[in-house]
Amino acid sequence: MSLFDWFADRRKGQYVANVKQEPDEGDGLWSKCPECAQVVYLKDLKLNASVCANCGYHHRIDSSERIALIADPDSFQVLNADLAPVDPLGFKDRRAYADRLRESQASTGLRDGVVTGLCRVEGIPMGLAAMDFRFMGGSMGSVVGEKITRLIEESTARKLPLLIVCASGGARMQEGMLSLMQMAKISGALERHREAELLYMPLLTHPTTGGVTASFAMLGDLILAEPKALIGFAGRRVIEQTLREKLPDNFQTAEYLQEHGFVDTIVPRTQLRSTLANLLRLHGCKPMELTSA
Amino acid sequence: MPRRPLLEFEKPLVELEQQIEQIRQLARDSEVDVSQQLQQLESLAARRRQEIFQGLTPAQKIQVARHPQRPSTLDFIQMFCDDWVELHGDRRGNDDQALIGGVGRVGNRPVMLIGHQKGRDTKENVARNFGMAAPGGYRKAMRLMDHADRFRLPILTFIDTPGAYAGLEAEEQGQGEAIAVNLREMFRLRVPVIATVIGEGGSGGALGIGVADRLLMFEHSVYTVASPEACASILWRDAAKAPDAAAALRITGRDLLELQVVDEVLEEPSGGNNWAPLESGEILRAAIDRHLDELLSLSEQQLREARYSKFRAMGRFLEKTSQDVEKAA
Ligand SMILES: [Zn+2]
Repeated sequence: MSLFDWFADRRKGQYVANVKQEPDEGDGLWSKCPECAQVVYLKDLKLNASVCANCGYHHRIDSSERIALIADPDSFQVLNADLAPVDPLGFKDRRAYADRLRESQASTGLRDGVVTGLCRVEGIPMGLAAMDFRFMGGSMGSVVGEKITRLIEESTARKLPLLIVCASGGARMQEGMLSLMQMAKISGALERHREAELLYMPLLTHPTTGGVTASFAMLGDLILAEPKALIGFAGRRVIEQTLREKLPDNFQTAEYLQEHGFVDTIVPRTQLRSTLANLLRLHGCKPMELTSA
Repeated sequence: MPRRPLLEFEKPLVELEQQIEQIRQLARDSEVDVSQQLQQLESLAARRRQEIFQGLTPAQKIQVARHPQRPSTLDFIQMFCDDWVELHGDRRGNDDQALIGGVGRVGNRPVMLIGHQKGRDTKENVARNFGMAAPGGYRKAMRLMDHADRFRLPILTFIDTPGAYAGLEAEEQGQGEAIAVNLREMFRLRVPVIATVIGEGGSGGALGIGVADRLLMFEHSVYTVASPEACASILWRDAAKAPDAAAALRITGRDLLELQVVDEVLEEPSGGNNWAPLESGEILRAAIDRHLDELLSLSEQQLREARYSKFRAMGRFLEKTSQDVEKAA
């Protein structure tokens, strides 16, 4: 899904159901699966990594839940949490960018759309970035680009493997060309990480599109994806307009990308930590202490 | 005067040009000396043209940047090189016509030249896919850049695309992956890379050959994160607001100099490059020579370090001190 589709869907109200983890109905202790309609106790859903036990639907999760699912308990050390966005273009569409930022900051408690840091996975140290789709559709502006770049540089300096959890509609238009250039900046840092023969794995989650797909999402030594995640460069709508024909039903899903050779393995979220740890071990990464950042 | 497609804001010039043409006709048919009137009118027309082109809005610049007779990649290559050999194919089954490349000599230097290529007319535009390259185009470009790296040929790229192609096959062949690999691999190149936005620089499709030591832009070229049309329909929910989006996105050379995205903006001949293509070629040629001289004086190591630092510095943000953070929290 492109950012365009995301906005369009949000307009139609489709997305509201997906984005919100807790339904407003009843006492807020229950959740209805948007896929199979089964009602489950919210606590049970969280215990199952926010995956429907009945049908396997992966609910969208925020960056803190994501980090908790990957990092060993209490092992995550946040980096560069003090980086904050500015409004470099003085951008205003129907609303001012500055207002959109304030609103996203208030509703998420984050300064911008990614959380980065160092952690351990079954004892193995690793650099970890988790994009947060709640923050302006996970769009990538200067702060997202800078935090990810610093994380890659820190991982290279410490000779650590790296996981970036992607969830993004692409570049953040409100920062104009500065957003586009983050794609190059991050790719340059990844080149150095690669040159140092360190393992980099992006995890593509729903949705991963646009400028993120055309940069770090597709540059993994190994590319992991969540089941049924939407992954693509151009938006489905745009392509349908050019082609004037129906696209395959599973177009741009993780499974479709795997069939076409662009995803190494699809990892159910409930097996995420153990799969990561296994892959890290198979690439020679060993459990050790993580000196503080 | 040459017949050419006129842009909306060029129309005031038409009347003047018609007058000039009439007087020329008159002079040819009779013995009357009209040189003085002619000179006056011509300098008036030149002044008008300059005024109009100096005051172009971003939306008008897009029209100039997309002008069908604006010099294209192949035009510049023909102006620069006598011994150009186009090189074809990505070695994976494709030879994209929207992104072309080859070797040639500029001055006395053998170089690799790579660029997006639009068509002049509908027929050629269909063959060139309107300058929108498929994954095979980006992979061909990367193959040629690797080749240039191995034989130490400096690389000149010419950016002129509405964007990378959005289509079913492009997705299946990995449009995102193709561009991403170029972004990463261009940081490894040991030869100088100079990229010039000669027309429109459309988002990732432009950046896919744009990771350069020097990024130059013609005065009326534009470089955008998203097309103003798409941006307007997403953020304004109204595609008709594209001119507003064009202004808000800060897409002109001057904007991008301020944002430290481009290194130099090249002045165009009065009326734009399409008015005087040869002159525009000389302007670009001189700039390329100057930047190549500078870049070739660096060691390979220095060159790569400088390229990294250049992109590393891009972006604007606030870094709060920890005290500020506590106050804010
Ligand atoms: Zn379900």
